[in-house]
Amino acid sequence: MVKAKTCERLGFWSTRVAILISLSITGYMLFYIISKGASIISWDFLTKPPTSGMTAGGIFPAIVGTLLLVTLAIVISLPLGLASAIYLVEYSSKESRFVRLVELAVYSLNGVPSIVFGLFGMAFFVKFLGFGTSLLSASLTLSLMILPTIVATSVEALKSVPDHFREASLALGATKGQTIVRVVLPAAFPGIITGAMLGVGRAAGETAPILFTGAVFYMRGLPTSIFDPVMALPFHLFVLATEHPNISKVEPIQYGTALVLLILVLLISLIATVIRYRYRRKRKW
Amino acid sequence: MVKSKIKLQTKKLNVWYGNMHVVKDFTLKIPEKKITAVIGPSGCGKSTFLRSLNRMVELVPGARVSGEILLDGENIYDKDVDETEIRLRIGMVFQKPNPFPKSIYENVAYGLKVRGITEEKKLRLLVEESLKKVGLWEEVRDRLNRSALELSGGQQQRLCIARALAVKPEVILMDEPCSSLDPIATAKIEDLLFELKKDYTIVIVTHNLQQAARVSDYTAFMYAGKLIEHGRTEEIFERPKNKITQDYITGRFG
Repeated sequence: MVKAKTCERLGFWSTRVAILISLSITGYMLFYIISKGASIISWDFLTKPPTSGMTAGGIFPAIVGTLLLVTLAIVISLPLGLASAIYLVEYSSKESRFVRLVELAVYSLNGVPSIVFGLFGMAFFVKFLGFGTSLLSASLTLSLMILPTIVATSVEALKSVPDHFREASLALGATKGQTIVRVVLPAAFPGIITGAMLGVGRAAGETAPILFTGAVFYMRGLPTSIFDPVMALPFHLFVLATEHPNISKVEPIQYGTALVLLILVLLISLIATVIRYRYRRKRKW
Repeated sequence: MVKSKIKLQTKKLNVWYGNMHVVKDFTLKIPEKKITAVIGPSGCGKSTFLRSLNRMVELVPGARVSGEILLDGENIYDKDVDETEIRLRIGMVFQKPNPFPKSIYENVAYGLKVRGITEEKKLRLLVEESLKKVGLWEEVRDRLNRSALELSGGQQQRLCIARALAVKPEVILMDEPCSSLDPIATAKIEDLLFELKKDYTIVIVTHNLQQAARVSDYTAFMYAGKLIEHGRTEEIFERPKNKITQDYITGRFG
């Protein structure tokens, strides 16, 4: 008996230690970035372009660039991903070989490293379709990268809608399309939004897919068309950290950029959590 | 045997799920504005039979139907018949109350909106009328915009009946509508059935023999996919002709 109890205690403590380790690493990372980057954050830093060879000024174009990139990426991938998910869940028979193939493709695509998406984007969008190094090419590449996430989460969200809602709607003489639009999608909405936000969060933080497809280190002013290149937060950070000659001077800017990116991504997950929470409270099935 | 007008009848109806033969050569006449109960042990095909009456059975992957189901003499399985039209004329109430996660008002208005009725005044009127028919109006008139999921189980089931009535069906199919309700809520639904049969033809599948005896005018006993016996409820319960019916009614198996 004593032995079993000792084992129990040991197991309990090892889970506790594991959680402490992961929490403290995350905490230390946050603390490190905040302590190094917080001092530089100011209204000017957020609203002014960089000056003096990136050693002064703000990161405004990079913030706008990242917002543009993720907005465009989600505008492209959400309809595409959601439509695919609707087809998979509502219209195809669950056991068909085609559905299994698509599901396999989605999961494999999810495992593809982002740099591979970057290379593909360069070959296909930049070169083959001739979109050049541009906001459009970069957004398309990002949208491809987050597409599997969107499809997978939308599929889960649609599957979580109980069949008896569909039956009730069909039994009232609604068509399948009406049932999907009026009953299934509203019920699946929180799950779909959560997936979209996950995708946005990931797209905001990735450097590799935009590296060769649309991101530039510096440009005068903001992009004026989707065929202009853009600055972006993760790329800005990457270049400052690896390529800038004057490391000591750009270090605060570097951590400031990291902090802004972090806050942006946290903000997006926060929005997703709030939406999910508000809807979950309402639903009782 | 049956004097009143026949509303719905099945002729040699067969239903398969893949290789499973669930409903076998089912021929049954359902008289207008009466309550017909379908009884039988679990798994005998009662629900499948009921779902074939409004073509809901077609939603099951691998389901196959043969034979005829005549609604006012017209085969609802004819190639050029639109199943959504059929489901409008033959409404359905399910085993578990299944209101949409929408407001009480939206639930009742759903079938009408789907039909393209958007005029607010007309919708309000029809929603009120339907809720009155199921005796729910007084209970919910002040909270039509609250979620239907806040209602009790019995109220939800009456809401689902109101939702089915709103589109003005001729026949209402009920698949064990009281099986998840308490005795008081069950009694309310049974009272409601007496009211409803003045205007509607009702087919009710039930597990509860007392319920079938209490509410129905006609009873069909089903066993292993086949219709064993059919007739006036008193006759089936008091003088069953078939040995299996007798055994089932007297509770020798269930």
